[in-house]
Amino acid sequence: MISNQAPDGTAGTVTTPGGSAVVPRGSVLAARLRGMNVGLLREVALLPVLVLLLVVGAIVSPAFLTVSNLAGIGQQISALGVVVVGESLILMIGGMDLSLESTFGLAPMVAAWLILPVSAYGSGAQISPYLGLLVLLAVGAAVGLVNGVLIVKGRLNGFIVTLGMTIVLAGLQNGIVKAQTLFNLPKAFGYLGSAYFGQVPVSFVLAAIIFVLVGLFLRYHRTGRAIYAVGGNPAAARAAGIKVERIKIGVYVAGSMLAALGGLMEAGRVSAVTGQQGYGEGIIFSVFAAAVIGGVSLRGGRGNMIGAASGVILLGFVQDILDLANVSNYWIEAIDGAVILFALFLARIVGGESTAEEK
Amino acid sequence: MTSRGPALVDMTGVDKRFGSTLALRGVDLSISAGQCLGLVGRNGAGKSTIVSILSGLEPPDAGTVRLAGELAPRVGDVNRWRKWIATVFQHSMVVPELSVAENVFLGGTDRFVSWREMRARTRDVMRDWGYDIKAEALCRDLTVEQLQIVEIARALARGARCVLLDEPTAALERDAVRRLFARVRQLTSSGVAVLYISHHLEEVFEICDDVSVLRDGELVLTAAAAQLSKEDLIAAMVGSASVTASATSANVTTAQHDARDAAEPVLMVEHLTASSARGRLDGVSIQVGRGEVVGVTGLLGAGVATLGRAIAGAEGHDSGQIRLHGQVIPAGRRAAAQRAGIGYIPEDRRAEGFVAHLGVAENATMTITDRLADRLGLLRPGRRAAAAAPVTAALSLVSSGPGQPVKELSGGNQQKVTVARTLAHDPGLIVAITPTRGVDVASKALLLDALAGVARRDGAGVLLCSDELSDLVICDRVIVLVRGEIFTEFTEPPFDRDQLIVATEGLTSTAEGTAEEAAK
Repeated sequence: MISNQAPDGTAGTVTTPGGSAVVPRGSVLAARLRGMNVGLLREVALLPVLVLLLVVGAIVSPAFLTVSNLAGIGQQISALGVVVVGESLILMIGGMDLSLESTFGLAPMVAAWLILPVSAYGSGAQISPYLGLLVLLAVGAAVGLVNGVLIVKGRLNGFIVTLGMTIVLAGLQNGIVKAQTLFNLPKAFGYLGSAYFGQVPVSFVLAAIIFVLVGLFLRYHRTGRAIYAVGGNPAAARAAGIKVERIKIGVYVAGSMLAALGGLMEAGRVSAVTGQQGYGEGIIFSVFAAAVIGGVSLRGGRGNMIGAASGVILLGFVQDILDLANVSNYWIEAIDGAVILFALFLARIVGGESTAEEK
Repeated sequence: MTSRGPALVDMTGVDKRFGSTLALRGVDLSISAGQCLGLVGRNGAGKSTIVSILSGLEPPDAGTVRLAGELAPRVGDVNRWRKWIATVFQHSMVVPELSVAENVFLGGTDRFVSWREMRARTRDVMRDWGYDIKAEALCRDLTVEQLQIVEIARALARGARCVLLDEPTAALERDAVRRLFARVRQLTSSGVAVLYISHHLEEVFEICDDVSVLRDGELVLTAAAAQLSKEDLIAAMVGSASVTASATSANVTTAQHDARDAAEPVLMVEHLTASSARGRLDGVSIQVGRGEVVGVTGLLGAGVATLGRAIAGAEGHDSGQIRLHGQVIPAGRRAAAQRAGIGYIPEDRRAEGFVAHLGVAENATMTITDRLADRLGLLRPGRRAAAAAPVTAALSLVSSGPGQPVKELSGGNQQKVTVARTLAHDPGLIVAITPTRGVDVASKALLLDALAGVARRDGAGVLLCSDELSDLVICDRVIVLVRGEIFTEFTEPPFDRDQLIVATEGLTSTAEGTAEEAAK
């Protein structure tokens, strides 16, 4: 705590009424270094864990540190990563959205259904694949809007609303195609999830671009800063003239659109849209785990994209190492879950208070 | 009602200490059957501490409490306390989701609940005392007055012989207050002792047989109400050493200007009516001119904070109109009010004043991100810090740098961040609610100077809503609210502290004749 009368300047910068700052030179540098260290430490809290996993992976299998394996991991985690960006944004405003996993399945299903002919279990509308991409994003936006309005304007509990929405959307996903799997997706539709630039998966590049852009947006854009303010203290944000409701609803919409995009990448990766995609696979646990391991607070207002990305990469490494270690399929889920819980604990230790949930 | 039985409640030599402050010092207080004793005192005089001790929530540090001649049960033995003495707290202690009967017997049932008996006994109590409330009704459907009756019934159903009423009229309408008085008289005439705690002196004169005055933890006066004048009471409450406003530097008070003459109203409020948990408003009309500092004061629940919040758009209102420079401000839309030019310094800085883990500069510029951002909406931290620097410097804000999280600052510096955030957007009107609460003396003077400066220098209107009388020294005039209505207005600074206190109690000070009698 800094005293109010600290003109000696030992503790802080004293700005005089005249506007000139009385700055003790050495201490400012120290303060800046301290500030950077804290910030840096918070953001790369998971780095030691990731390095550890690289070492473990290399020991478990010589195949782990090969370009093709790492590219495979990159492709595998990209779709999940994009959903994690969406969920992180929603968590940052102090909300939560369980239905992202269903949007992840439903949006590509609706788009594919409108694109494909009846013979391939499509609707027969046979719209262009590019129009299909717009439909996909529109489905995401619509789901987010409904969630956002119900939660923010209707003041309904976000947990229950999005849990209900999860089931509704998953039902629609199976209902419109009578639980069929849609294959033969047009090339343009599957491109983002399946193509490679040389050895690098396009989906990985796209996910990386999204992480960077959203990260910069959160750090430097006024709406991004407003997201932190709204999540950190909605009453204070409101008192400062921020349109809290609009920001919240906007974030729900953006989050669902990102989930829809993630769904598209997943469909491209497996060259099909199955009834299982999303809800059936139960990806939401991984989504929350990646965000929280990455230091995004479930109470809102805290988190950043570097952390979220680290969380996603960590999950990808764990999954891959378990595969390479030939862990029996019967046990893989239990071990996967246990490792995630352990990683959460480790991230909490490494990250210190910044990753702690407040009491 | 002068015949006094033996004391039902008897406190002798009670001391109570909280940390380093002595909340009660050698208090002797007794209440006998059929007596209504009024307990008055300024905020912090120790009334709540007496309530806590008599309710069995806190033990006294020294002295004894006797109930009907026997030593009081130990603290926490709620059921034995309730047999003798029951408290109707200022804030409702009724569980809204339960029925009336369940609330009446809350915590007082045997291990197994006989619903039929519970309802029957509730009906008996209601019938015996002539209360018209159904035992089966859900409490969330009841009015504030009915909830209070449920609490009184709870006391009576356990056979309590003494009832503590803590600020019982704070949330009641005028007619409900009259009916409450009738119920209190009914209680005392049946031999129940009543301790009546109130801010409102006129109520005390109307309902109490005797009055005790607390000042700084000491009982300084106990006498029959009939033998006291309101001046006596106020003198006892305030004490002889009338503390003059200490915080503000002299230049503010001497720099009283007469912008009122040139008054082109910045703010016009007409017939504002609002219902709020913070106190309702009933047809309040005010104006604030260019460069004018207008104070609004009153007791807790008189509507002072509600008025400020409604004007700032932090809270809605039911009817009436708020206009800034002639432009109508929509009800309850903070962002719109701010865009129109209304700055808002909230009552509780922790709740509304800043985002704790964000930096000083970011908080201080949160109101002007639209001005600081470039065409893409990007905010450069350097630009933000540069914009925050002059405002925080003017307030002598001490921090380790623009990026320091506000949660690490002292209370006074946190409040400076909140004020800086408001000043940053050059508001035409600043609504400041208790802007110096809980800040140190030096910061207090600075904050008041800053507010006065914005008015004098930049011509902004300032509406200073505060129950802290020492804040009001910077005001050109002071409006006193009583129960959501304008009671009187003081137009000539310097304002006399005692007269202000008299007015906030809803009394007119006949001796000086400055306060005008309100309509009713």
